[in-house]
Amino acid sequence: MDDTTRRELPPAQPGAPDYPTLLRTASWDRVRQDLAPLPGGRSLNIAHQAVDRHVDEGRGEVVALRCVAADGTTTRVTYADLRRETNRFAHLLGELGVARGDRLVSLLGRQHEQYVVCLGTLKAGAVFCPLFSSFGPDPIRERLLRSRASVLVTTESLYRRKVAAMRDDLPHLRHVVLVGPSGAAEGPGLIGFDEAVARQPGEYDVARTEPSDPALLHFTSGTTGQPKGAVHVHEAVVAQRLSAELALDLHPGDVFWCTADPGWVTGTSYGIVAPLVVGATVVSFAGEFEAQVWYRILAEQRVTVWYTAPTALRMLMRYGTDLPRSHDLSALRHVASVGEALNPEVVAWGAEVLGLPIHDNWWQTETGSIMISNYPGMPIRPGSMGRPVPGVDAAVLALGEDGRARVQDGVLPAAVGQTGELALRAGWPSMFRTYLDDEERYRACFADGWYLSGDLAALDEDGYVWFVGRADDVIKSAGHLIGPFEVESVLLEHPEVVEAGVIGMPDELAGEVVRAYVTVRSGSTADDHLRRDLVAFSRRRLGGLAPKDIVFDEHLPHNSSGKVMRRVLKARALGLPEGDLSTLERQP
Amino acid sequence: MTPQDARRTVADALIEIVPDADVDAFPASAPLREELELDSLDFLTFVELLSSRARVRIDEMDYPRLATLDSSVAFLVEQTA
Repeated sequence: MDDTTRRELPPAQPGAPDYPTLLRTASWDRVRQDLAPLPGGRSLNIAHQAVDRHVDEGRGEVVALRCVAADGTTTRVTYADLRRETNRFAHLLGELGVARGDRLVSLLGRQHEQYVVCLGTLKAGAVFCPLFSSFGPDPIRERLLRSRASVLVTTESLYRRKVAAMRDDLPHLRHVVLVGPSGAAEGPGLIGFDEAVARQPGEYDVARTEPSDPALLHFTSGTTGQPKGAVHVHEAVVAQRLSAELALDLHPGDVFWCTADPGWVTGTSYGIVAPLVVGATVVSFAGEFEAQVWYRILAEQRVTVWYTAPTALRMLMRYGTDLPRSHDLSALRHVASVGEALNPEVVAWGAEVLGLPIHDNWWQTETGSIMISNYPGMPIRPGSMGRPVPGVDAAVLALGEDGRARVQDGVLPAAVGQTGELALRAGWPSMFRTYLDDEERYRACFADGWYLSGDLAALDEDGYVWFVGRADDVIKSAGHLIGPFEVESVLLEHPEVVEAGVIGMPDELAGEVVRAYVTVRSGSTADDHLRRDLVAFSRRRLGGLAPKDIVFDEHLPHNSSGKVMRRVLKARALGLPEGDLSTLERQP
Repeated sequence: MTPQDARRTVADALIEIVPDADVDAFPASAPLREELELDSLDFLTFVELLSSRARVRIDEMDYPRLATLDSSVAFLVEQTA
């Protein structure tokens, strides 16, 4: 750590407030006082803050969204347009019998309708649950079942490929709304988005939700069991807005591009909610990663604040310096990254090629907003995720023998420089309020008034936080959290597989990639033909969660209760000495 | 490389990544990444397979030329000429 801290970079914006000033001046209470109240006192609705208040206060003609299609055509949507469109969608939900607190799942790409569906759902007082459109049918079914959503909004193509065949197995799903060309939604239980929305009135009385009412449901993965549904409430908007202002330097008039997919929490909290609450203009690009296209968007849209991920930045680095230098990136003022630890080389690359260092930050699905960050007025220590967002009380707690924070007889802070578990004092506004239908797992995340993140980190002598690794077996690939259990469960459904262990293998671009070790039933031949069959099977069922690599292994390591020990698999794969295995054989 | 050889090389590389892809029935001008749901890592694997099997150097700036089956074939034919 010491070597790296010596290579501190000066603040990216020397005139911006330094960290002590932020601590002194910024607060959630100040944000609360600035929120626009709904008639009736205590009510708070994210969509009202994100859309209607701007129109009420005379900013209806400001462009809220610039939706850039894969072919480059751009659709502009003003705040006034967005108010009308979200009002209409909220009316449609009423017509469909959606009540306060009911859940709606969206399975859409980065497209105009995603914003309308999210914010219209919130206006109706219902709960918005986005799913990553690259999921295969199995992860989609699992999440639809767990959410008990009554409405799904998706495209005709995604519906046909991933949902239609299992529709009869989804008893709670009453309506499927299909976005896309008219006429696509023909069939029982299918509704065409455009036609259904167009006939609704453009005015709507926003639901008087309480700050503690559920608003967003994000599924996330753990080491064991199926995905957990983290529930966030309308009050989350307080922390989302303050963190956007401080960590993303986002203000009215900014042109903001968050490259995360709305199927993951970053794409919702910072792709949809926070920038609109701030009153910025959001750029949304529907296409896939392509370096030339990304630089063109930054230049042509005159993006001022850019929030992206380490994997994308590392891919851009491979293209060298000519490409960015042939684009006019002079509008850019602040660049931030989240998803996995950002290596110092990327921070330096930003400073050299973009003229701006990359500001790393850290948070999780459960935290609802950025918790630890670098700021434009604070020196950067490349490789560090920065310091807590003002208001957030973060600590690194000493570890027990199980490799997690030691909680018996109260928690203890780890010494400076020592690895411990990163923890947050419970009670910040965007803290998740439960795991849907799993209060027990929720409670297990807390000890002594602290939320235990499952991430290992260390503090340096000045309070900068340095990421070390995960305390559990969850895999982080290209910024996506993947639960090994979910992948193993699908592999076990293959008739030739009797056992599977799934781990993340280090990868220079994606951080980690998913590798599966499988034992096949006796009499079955572990050959290339079967390997390909397993690859095809898992891609078909899991989509983007499927392993990139499948290895046959007749002797998977087990613990005394017969469970496959992923940590031993990983130690073997990485060639760690036998002596290290004991420390890796931690049991939850 | 003949167009036939190039087509076989491209098809084999895709099948390596998506083994049940019906490459013969595949629309030759459709965007590969969308049609086969290739993520960024899959696409890089595709690039590496083409590069090693056709023994051509593929620079990052060439990636847009690998957008469809047809354009990938044309690229390989041109690079191996």
